[in-house]
Amino acid sequence: MTGSESGREVRIPPGIYEMEDERYEIRLSGSGGQGIIMAAIVLAEAAGVYDLKYVCQTQSYGPEARGGTSKAEVIISNTPIDYPKAIRPDLLLTMNQEACDTYFHDLKTGGLLVVDSTLVRQIPPCRVAAIPFTKIAREEINKEMVANMVALGAVGELSPVISLKGLEQALMARVPRGTEDINRRALNAGIEAAKRFDLQDFPMTATVEEEI
Amino acid sequence: MNTPLSEKRRLVQGNEAIAEGALAAGCRFFAGYPITPASEISEVLSSRLPQVGGSFIQMEDEIASMGAIIGASIAGMKAMTATSGPGFSLMQENLGFACITETPCVVVNVMRGGGSTGLPTCPGQGDVMQAKWGTHGDHPIIVLAVSSVADCFEITIQAFNLSEKYRVPVVILSDEVVSHTRETVVFPSPWDMEIVDRTGPSVPPEWYVPYEDNSIGVPDMATLGEGYRYHITGLIHDERGFPTQRPEEIEAFTGRLFRKLAQGLHEIQKIKTFMMNDAEVAVIAYGSVSRAARSAVLEARDRGVRAGMLQLITLFPFPEHLVDNVLKQCSKVVVPEMNMGQIYREVQRVNQGKTRVEKYSRIDGQFITPDEILGKLLPEE
Repeated sequence: MTGSESGREVRIPPGIYEMEDERYEIRLSGSGGQGIIMAAIVLAEAAGVYDLKYVCQTQSYGPEARGGTSKAEVIISNTPIDYPKAIRPDLLLTMNQEACDTYFHDLKTGGLLVVDSTLVRQIPPCRVAAIPFTKIAREEINKEMVANMVALGAVGELSPVISLKGLEQALMARVPRGTEDINRRALNAGIEAAKRFDLQDFPMTATVEEEI
Repeated sequence: MNTPLSEKRRLVQGNEAIAEGALAAGCRFFAGYPITPASEISEVLSSRLPQVGGSFIQMEDEIASMGAIIGASIAGMKAMTATSGPGFSLMQENLGFACITETPCVVVNVMRGGGSTGLPTCPGQGDVMQAKWGTHGDHPIIVLAVSSVADCFEITIQAFNLSEKYRVPVVILSDEVVSHTRETVVFPSPWDMEIVDRTGPSVPPEWYVPYEDNSIGVPDMATLGEGYRYHITGLIHDERGFPTQRPEEIEAFTGRLFRKLAQGLHEIQKIKTFMMNDAEVAVIAYGSVSRAARSAVLEARDRGVRAGMLQLITLFPFPEHLVDNVLKQCSKVVVPEMNMGQIYREVQRVNQGKTRVEKYSRIDGQFITPDEILGKLLPEE
């Protein structure tokens, strides 16, 4: 499941991402109704309001209310952000096969793909954390609806620029009253699931580079 | 939501910032009809306006929405409506009425892609010329473009200020990218903002001449219902507000409408410059595209190209002199737009062959990237 099973000798990046003034791009994708945009708003609020970074959150979606493609992006930086959209995402979350097929080519070299392995059956060979978000939501939380929050927890854990404390604060401030507990449990389930991955073990890239 | 002007850091969407900017400017009346990508402006104001003693009405369509805000403004309110291309088309008739009756009002058009119903959820900048010329006949109008969430707040306030001061409709052109982007902002405190209100009559009702010329060309505006009786018509009218056919009155009237803006150009025409001091090549951009342009300019500088950017905030009256300075300074000017080159043609009109002006059009419903602009700024092989 982890990218290390290829067995090849790979260069382990020193610190895959160093937060100086560089921008860190996150793209969340799936289908309309999965709560992609909601997750992005919470992520942006965590980084921007609680961690005091510069953030820019954008979204694009089809004209349908449900079922169309949905994409939301969060740019996080220590300096003001000019271009508001992701160019080469550092982290890409795909919550269904179509989104995975469409967007994984955009991923930055050495960027991390996070997939919902409940819905993405064919996982591309790259640095990938495959976690069954929908299954976890259905079986552990008893509510499939919170799959986005499970994924959010995993994204928070796997990206070096989000503090989990800020993420939880932002989530609690956004969710409707009475749903705090279920959302917190979903977030923590995602964090726990993501802790099983050691990013240092991941290959830098699936492409074999040979110098001639 | 209850403390919009507190010194608090918040994650705010562009549309929400337009709504909050309107409230800060003193807007207390909104009439509109929801449309993607402008609906959030209505949504926010429908809950915020009643909190501050204002009125929100969802109208049956955009024609009525425009009519309602004109009526509210004549009755003394600062009024606004918000829409996107299809609704903006419907508003044109009444927008012309507001121009000729000199009724202050603010119209937000969040531009989407394409003509007709087009691409509801995609960005575009195709309504630039419509904002200036969508309503018929010679008429003055101010058009401002926003590029960030902070802009949305500030420029909405400026839009109201200009509208009130010059008694002219102001169109705010946003686009899907700006309006749906969320950024952290700290709204300025009310004490840091300059708010302009229209000038009321300084004479008793029986001496009031509603369209009397004065030193600034902007007649004092009486609030209807406060004892000042006067006639309002879209027909060309005399000083008393009644229709006229007399050539000297017609010319004086139309001339004054244009003179009042011409004399205020120094404060109406707003631009921002970025790295223009020693620039040899420049981008002229507006709205969300200016953010891509800024990134491109920084990247070009990294590669040793002296690039700069002129960001237009006021699109009309077109800031000819400010654009002219850039054209004289640079050996090449690039105008990237999400349309077929509407501001490019304005730049060309000013250029008259002085320098090389190139357009970059993107019309596929997608946002222009920094790399695309960079490619135009770098010297050709």
